Amino acid sequence: MSDTISKNISGFGEKSDSAGNEFLAFTLGKEEYGIDILKVQEIRGYEAVTRIANSPEFIKGVVNLRGIIVPIVDMRIKFQLGEPTYDQFTVVIILNISGRVVGMVVDSVSDVITLSPEQIKPAPEMGTTFDSDYLIGLGTLDERMLILVDIDKLMSSADMGLIEKLAA
Amino acid sequence: MTIDMSQFFQVFFDEAEEGLAEMEKLLLAVNVSDPDDEDLNAIFRAAHSIKGGSATFGLSDITEVTHVLESLLDRIRQHEMALTSQHVDAFLAAKDVIKSMLDGHRHGASVDLNAAADVRKLLQSLSEGAGKKTKNAQALVGPGGVSRYRIELPQLAERDIEALQQELALLGKIEKADAEDGRCVFILDTAKGVDSIVEICSFLVNADDLKISQAVAARSKEEEQGYGFFAPFVPQDATDEERGYGFFAPFVPVNATDKERGYGFFEPFVPQGDIEQAKQAAEAAAHTDDEPPALAVTEGGEKKAKGEKPAATVHESQSIRVGIEKVDQLINLVGELVITQAMIEQRTGSLDPMLHEHLLNSVSQLTRNTRDLQESVMSIRMMPMDYVFSRFPRMVRDLAAKLGKRVEFVTHGAATELDKGLIERIVDPLTHLVRNSIDHGIEIPETRLAAGKADYGTLSLSAEHQGGNIIIEVTDDGGGLNRDKILAKAKQQGMAVSDNLSDGDVWQLIFEPGFSTAEQVTDVSGRGVGMDVVKRNILAMGGAVDIRSSKGFGTTISISLPLTLAILDGMSIRIGHEIYILPLGYVVESLQPATQDVKEISGQGKVIKVRGEYLPLIPLYQIFNIEPTFTDPSQGLVVILESDGKKAALFVDDLIGQQQIVVKNLESNYRKVAGISGATILGDGGVALIIDVAALLRSSRQLSDESVFS
Repeated sequence: MSDTISKNISGFGEKSDSAGNEFLAFTLGKEEYGIDILKVQEIRGYEAVTRIANSPEFIKGVVNLRGIIVPIVDMRIKFQLGEPTYDQFTVVIILNISGRVVGMVVDSVSDVITLSPEQIKPAPEMGTTFDSDYLIGLGTLDERMLILVDIDKLMSSADMGLIEKLAA
Repeated sequence: MTIDMSQFFQVFFDEAEEGLAEMEKLLLAVNVSDPDDEDLNAIFRAAHSIKGGSATFGLSDITEVTHVLESLLDRIRQHEMALTSQHVDAFLAAKDVIKSMLDGHRHGASVDLNAAADVRKLLQSLSEGAGKKTKNAQALVGPGGVSRYRIELPQLAERDIEALQQELALLGKIEKADAEDGRCVFILDTAKGVDSIVEICSFLVNADDLKISQAVAARSKEEEQGYGFFAPFVPQDATDEERGYGFFAPFVPVNATDKERGYGFFEPFVPQGDIEQAKQAAEAAAHTDDEPPALAVTEGGEKKAKGEKPAATVHESQSIRVGIEKVDQLINLVGELVITQAMIEQRTGSLDPMLHEHLLNSVSQLTRNTRDLQESVMSIRMMPMDYVFSRFPRMVRDLAAKLGKRVEFVTHGAATELDKGLIERIVDPLTHLVRNSIDHGIEIPETRLAAGKADYGTLSLSAEHQGGNIIIEVTDDGGGLNRDKILAKAKQQGMAVSDNLSDGDVWQLIFEPGFSTAEQVTDVSGRGVGMDVVKRNILAMGGAVDIRSSKGFGTTISISLPLTLAILDGMSIRIGHEIYILPLGYVVESLQPATQDVKEISGQGKVIKVRGEYLPLIPLYQIFNIEPTFTDPSQGLVVILESDGKKAALFVDDLIGQQQIVVKNLESNYRKVAGISGATILGDGGVALIIDVAALLRSSRQLSDESVFS
């Protein structure tokens, strides 16, 4: 597993007061996105998945993450952004959403940025492929603009179908 | 910064529940006439820590009950009072109340406040009725523990004195006398201690101004004789009483010195308050003595001697409390280690043994160590069956008493270990079987005596390991199953049965839904729901149920379960490039069908003829949308599966092999997938899905309807 870029954020040295303002920046197609760094468990390379029959196309399947079965979601397919290619540069962000572990395939991961509240602007009502319900806002840093996603809400949504609905 | 209290509450609730369970176990096992000090201490400790914990968390209702309980226990523990079966009953009732209060705090369940108040009163009366052994009261207590106190009051208003007199009159007989200096003096004959008097007076008077002294009770000569030791006045009354008396104080040695005797008699006798009551109680006790308790709880093979008990206590204090998720994580990590080790072994296998001797030696050592490690880690999840068995003595006791039967409850193999997940799921089916045995199996004492058996029935629960399985048996020595009755009932319900069915087949009929041979529906059992549920639950755990019964000699219901749910024997199959696992328990056989044996039924899919039987053919590649290597069954293989008596043929490309697999839950991070019961990790680190064969077969009838699996 030499291609695994392991980044452990076990909370060592985190400052709790600034935690909400640190974002992991990643790209989907040509757009740059940011998610709360505390939701990220680790970052890995893409490896072969086991397909789950009759699941939506964006759910690639499941992988074995140190003994845990983790579903892998391809955001590029879900939001029709960029070409879903799988090579040694494809990155999987392993998220921990309220105790559930989910992998998310993205084109690349760039860096971790710190945004102050002033740098976060409310999202416009339209203009992104994401439902504005799932957006925290738009983050600006120099010339870059990040679409900040509320990944908790997005991954728990019925839209993704990752979590069993209570009624079902 | 706020502290999350809920986690501490959780710990308290867990501990309190354990304490209560321990207490119940000890109470049921305690020998009333000769209680073991260690047991009494353990019961007391349990009550004490619950009280401490509840007070810390401000759960005052629990604190109040445990406080009363604790003080009574303490006195029994200090040998100030003798333990009676009345006490044991009261303690058990208190335990139930505390449990319901705990549940009330924990889950918001409703608490029966009346029951709580009743128990508190009961405990209080038991504890107070016993009379407090104040330092100097001994010599001065009158018959039945009544002592005479002289209470000198400070100067008070007439109204207050009257009020006080009324209050004190509740404690016993009171006389008012005026002292020289105009102060008021009460002479009180009461069974209560000084404390109670002070308590009442302190409403009106400062306790320091109060002078209470023990007055010499006016006695007749006769009483004077009895004074010092009360032995004479009871035994002289009637022989009947002597018997009851013996029940109360069986530990008094006959050859004791007078002083000792008086002392010994004094204690057990005091609770009755006065002679009249004492007589009644003694008679009642004598009565109970004639009828030994409805139930004797013995631990059969487990507890042979008292000497073993301290060992159990030591064992407990040497355990630590660890969250189940930590254990599961450990198991996962070890599982991963095993896979990694397998990889290393596989890769070094191709090396030249001459050149890499040291490396290969190290690898084989790693293999051994890993296997040992895996075994020890898996054993952490194992729990002794005692966890389940310990719930039954109480239930058996209550149920037997309710039904007017006498049952001796015996357990064997309580130390046998079983996976925690399974142990929790076996409780309900076992409870049902035990209830059934008491209700239907064991007869009432008269019937038993008429049949030439002992008047008490024996119900035994046993557990033992047999290969990779655990066998749990519920055995009673009751009337046994009635073959004719079962057959008649089956015919009446329109089941296809014939008179020459084997016994085993007849017994299996009682697992049919809605089947009950009880003439009368009681609130214990007899509605005919239950046995089918029992069987279904056990099958769902991958187990089997078997009945052995002999008319007039009893019934044994034997449950066989796999040791753990986490590991199962699986058969790996291949379709296209994908690998799936079939639980081996469902697989009957596999074969390559001839072309002419595969028949198509228009719109209904295909069937396959196997030895004259037509089975529905389930093409897995269609259900799971896989690109298969073969689409013609005669080129691939079919696996015949059986579940719930239904058979079907699963069409696959190839069989890969048979192996033990570690079952992983798919739902912990994803959701339930139709047709899949779980996942496992293969030797190469990849994931394979386990097919839910039961669901697959259930829906095999509607295969043409694709929506079943979407």
